[in-house]
Amino acid sequence: MTAELSNPLALIAELTHRCPLHCVYCSNPLEMQSRSNELSTEVWSRVFKEAAAAGVLQADFTGGEPLARPDIIDLVRAARTAGLYVNLITSGLPMDEIKLGTLVEAGLDHFQLSFQGAREDTANEISGTKSHAQKLRVLEWLKQQRVAVTLNFVIHRRNIDQLEEMLAIAESSSATRVEFANVQYYGWAFANRENLLPTRKQLDRSVEFLKREQERLKGKIRIEFVVPDYYAKFPKPCMGGWGRKLMLITPSGDALPCHAAQVIPGLTFENVKNRSLRDVWEHSSAFQKFRGENWMQAPCKTCDRREQDFGGCRCQALLLAGDAAATDPVCSLAPLRPEVDAILTGMNSAPPAEIFVKPSWLYRPNPA
Amino acid sequence: MPPDVNSFPRLAPGCRLNEKSQQQRMLLMPERALRLNGPSLEIIERCDGKHTVQQIVVDLQKIYSKAEPQKVESDILGYLALLHDQRALDFT
Repeated sequence: MTAELSNPLALIAELTHRCPLHCVYCSNPLEMQSRSNELSTEVWSRVFKEAAAAGVLQADFTGGEPLARPDIIDLVRAARTAGLYVNLITSGLPMDEIKLGTLVEAGLDHFQLSFQGAREDTANEISGTKSHAQKLRVLEWLKQQRVAVTLNFVIHRRNIDQLEEMLAIAESSSATRVEFANVQYYGWAFANRENLLPTRKQLDRSVEFLKREQERLKGKIRIEFVVPDYYAKFPKPCMGGWGRKLMLITPSGDALPCHAAQVIPGLTFENVKNRSLRDVWEHSSAFQKFRGENWMQAPCKTCDRREQDFGGCRCQALLLAGDAAATDPVCSLAPLRPEVDAILTGMNSAPPAEIFVKPSWLYRPNPA
Repeated sequence: MPPDVNSFPRLAPGCRLNEKSQQQRMLLMPERALRLNGPSLEIIERCDGKHTVQQIVVDLQKIYSKAEPQKVESDILGYLALLHDQRALDFT
């Protein structure tokens, strides 16, 4: 196993679960870590060095809100000095123009600004806070900085009809890349699914629009689009394959193969406080569990696509099929696909008027 | 579209080479990394806003003098266009 094991390529550093936003689709677990459990600057700095030595190229700083860490500048500098490409995935608050300049000076390579919508009212409703105006200010400040900028629009039923306005925001900024990423249904998003999943009609219209815009903006802005996999024919190659390319470190130092892995019962996670990153990558039982193909069941284990999508997402298999080793139920070949179709049918036949009524959202709270 | 031979290609913000000390040289950029071999590294190292496309072609034709000069030129133009589409290069 070890002989053919590839290097991790990216380290997802969840620096904190604290966040000024309360997005209804947050990818953080339902049980969050408090500030007192967060890793120190020193441990993170060691982890960045170990990551670079293990072959990792990129560090993705995320959270919660990574800017909520008072040592964020030191962490950017430590990761960059270790030889990593540093991505900051942020809501843009709390921050001012001076702090932005200091982040770039410390070695930040790529600033990914998340947006909850194109309009202030939608965005503020989804994030449960007044955050939209600040994001537009950050975009102005970014024009003065030599850093790559990506706008990350998280898409769902209540903002998928605003794509044109979202793209207009991108075109008036210094962004060279825009992600239109449909919500993925785990954690908080799973709890709010019935109010988030777009209709078939909305989705078809958005795909058609974005394909056209991709062509128009070629050479100016790279548009990337992630469809909600409930509507896809085949599952997404989740994390590029379990334990194959990515490693996620939680705020308290647990090393996970993916954001949601803690929902899978029976997995034991190692902590970077007492294990080296390479040791975890090679030996952690959680990373071994769904690595390669030996765990696969029918129809995955003989499927021609198993090296393309790796059986899809393990956490989704657990959430929808009750078995983390099952074929991802969104796959058209999965035995449980009819259940996903039933969810879509129910949702697509719902009366369209509900878009004007504010749903009763389950907002993500802030950890202590 | 092939770039203007008199323009100056420069790596876009957030696109850079990894450290010289690394065994495998890579072009790092948002959400991806490109492995660089001999000629692609020679090209990228000259995308500094100081070399024109034409100068890069001439330099590479010298370094790879055994290759067909026409082929060297078309390969370089194709590679620069590809990097431009990925938003890794700006031309001034």
